[in-house]
Amino acid sequence: MTATDIADRMTAESEPWTSVCRRARLHVVTGKGGTGKTTVGAALALALATNGRRVLLVEVEERQGIARLFDVPPLPYQEKKVAVATGGGEVRALAVDVEAALLEYFEMFYNLGFAGRSLKKMGAVEFATTLAPGLRDVLLTGKLKETVTRKGSDNRPVYDEVVLDAPPTGRVVTFLGVTEAMSGLAKRGPIHSQAEGVVRLLHSPDTVVHLVTLLEDMPVTETLEAIDQLRAKNLPVGAIIVNAATEPQLPPASLVAASERALHGDELADALREAGIGATGELVDGLREQAAEHAIRVLDEHLCRQQLAAAGLPMLELPRLVEGGDLGGVYELADRLAEQGVG
Amino acid sequence: MPAPAHPANPRLDLAPVLTDPRTSIVVTCGSGGVGKTTTAAAMALWAADAGRNVAVLTIDPAKRLAQSLGLRELDNDPRPVDVPLADPDGRLSAMMLDTRRTFDEMVSNHATPERAQAILANPFYKVISTSFSGTQEYMAMEKLANLAGTGQFDLIVVDTPPSRSALDFLDAPQRLSSFMDGRMIKLLATPSRGVMRLVGAGFALFSKAVTTILGGQMLADAAQFVQLFEDMFGGFRERAQATYELLRAPGTKFVVVSIPAADALREASYFTDRLRTERMPLAGLVHNRTPPPLAELAAGAAQVAATRLESSAPLASAVLDIHVQRLAVRAAEVHMRARFDRVHSDLPVVEVPSLPSDVHDVPALREIGRRLTGTLTGTR
Repeated sequence: MTATDIADRMTAESEPWTSVCRRARLHVVTGKGGTGKTTVGAALALALATNGRRVLLVEVEERQGIARLFDVPPLPYQEKKVAVATGGGEVRALAVDVEAALLEYFEMFYNLGFAGRSLKKMGAVEFATTLAPGLRDVLLTGKLKETVTRKGSDNRPVYDEVVLDAPPTGRVVTFLGVTEAMSGLAKRGPIHSQAEGVVRLLHSPDTVVHLVTLLEDMPVTETLEAIDQLRAKNLPVGAIIVNAATEPQLPPASLVAASERALHGDELADALREAGIGATGELVDGLREQAAEHAIRVLDEHLCRQQLAAAGLPMLELPRLVEGGDLGGVYELADRLAEQGVG
Repeated sequence: MPAPAHPANPRLDLAPVLTDPRTSIVVTCGSGGVGKTTTAAAMALWAADAGRNVAVLTIDPAKRLAQSLGLRELDNDPRPVDVPLADPDGRLSAMMLDTRRTFDEMVSNHATPERAQAILANPFYKVISTSFSGTQEYMAMEKLANLAGTGQFDLIVVDTPPSRSALDFLDAPQRLSSFMDGRMIKLLATPSRGVMRLVGAGFALFSKAVTTILGGQMLADAAQFVQLFEDMFGGFRERAQATYELLRAPGTKFVVVSIPAADALREASYFTDRLRTERMPLAGLVHNRTPPPLAELAAGAAQVAATRLESSAPLASAVLDIHVQRLAVRAAEVHMRARFDRVHSDLPVVEVPSLPSDVHDVPALREIGRRLTGTLTGTR
């Protein structure tokens, strides 16, 4: 890899947030465990909400990850405002609860009233979702569809966009494909027609699936596998969102030399002395080793980017935050997404 | 070189744990992306290098362990890993769990051939054996119990699935078995036995609602599945209980794995509490973190110098910036670690500084093994 190659790759693509992404109203955010998909999903919701838009952020894994991130009490099964975006837009959040969703579902088709409560008492929900594991995902995707298609009194969609903090890459294809599997199992009945509606939405231009990854071998491999699986199921893939990328400190021309520990020690020592630092041999060696580790990391990340580029998808990139995982971090990442055209 | 653990916590010494002939099972747990699989593989390799006959069992469908060991494929039986070991008596095998096959094998072992065939052909069985949310965890434990039962290995290292809920893993045996012989499913399976009368109208309503919503065929398949399975319930429950006891036995050691990130530490904290509540033998925490700063230079001085050198010596300036950032990262990690330690001050911990590159070959796994066990003179 030449220095020019590296420099080229450091320049972000001009329009990573493509028209496909712009057009979609349901943004499904998945990623391998530990890649920060919840944080990135929240940042995406916040970026989309700029300039007065209303965005719903949905979680389905019963982890209350959104509440933790936005530092609010655990979310009930209700859409709650959790953040205000730049320019006055708002992000509301919903933690879908399977049991509540099932009862809501029953109510949708039958006026169960008392029976609904007795079902709950008998542990029927746990039973039904255990017996038909797919039922759980059907309920979750069904609720998702309802939020995307819901209209207000002005006959306009209540939410401009819906962002789903989806199950991790290992499970997301099953999750999104479950309605299809289910409409095969349940050949008639309301669940069948409901499932068909969800399948239509998920395969329409209204939906895109984004993949959050780190620039490390295993998340990259898993991301590429997931893209293949999504494409095989004709699910629309949006963008790859690289999270926690190392911000290169060294001039591109020095990366390879630094990684090979070939930086000139004497020159480094002279410069340090010029700046008033007592440059012992030990200090110079330590700094040089740290620079080497940094350079190796940056070069490895470039290789990962090249692998990801093979998928032919637009790529957005977010930096590694020293103290991420809190609300300030989410806003910072949202700004970075906005700089790359999101919103 | 492993840095000393935080003084407040005892140091987790994995070397004696892994070489002790009484240790027969090591289970790693933690949230996704913390390096569980790498830790499991590195411990297994280290123990094999020390002369033990080790199997490493991974449950992850992404074939991560296969990648870590440079293997292309793993199947449902442990296969010898072709790598020269430091101690010629040592042996290393690896396998990746095939959930469906493990379930099939279990059915075949517990039912008559005709019945087994009927179960395997049932549409509901197909769904449950592949996508029931607890199946993977349950089958992992089933396979572990199987392997432990054969006495084929001195030590089995198990890498647990990154469960979306930490509870799943410990609850899996209980949950599946209580589901299998639960009240509801009996009602469904044997409505003719008069149980209906006991429950009365409530159940009739429920039955109607479920039938309409799920569709009649689905319920029929489910009922058939449950009836076929009925004979096996008792066996399932016993097995689940036996596996649970196996996990609690003194020969088992749990190792929680984490990284210095708020989410991962929260999960680690949860696992620690849960394992202790269940009186599971918890060895301690493996804390995978970034390498420590290698140069002694205060952040303030480095920052000032970096700014001064920005135009005259950009390279030196960048090298100083790297140092400043590394100090900042370290400070944030120490802070997070301190908060964790305050809650779990008696938990043995080993800090494992990460390698500059990803771990995907045997030499790198060995290096991780050395860092884990604090043994600097490793193997050739």
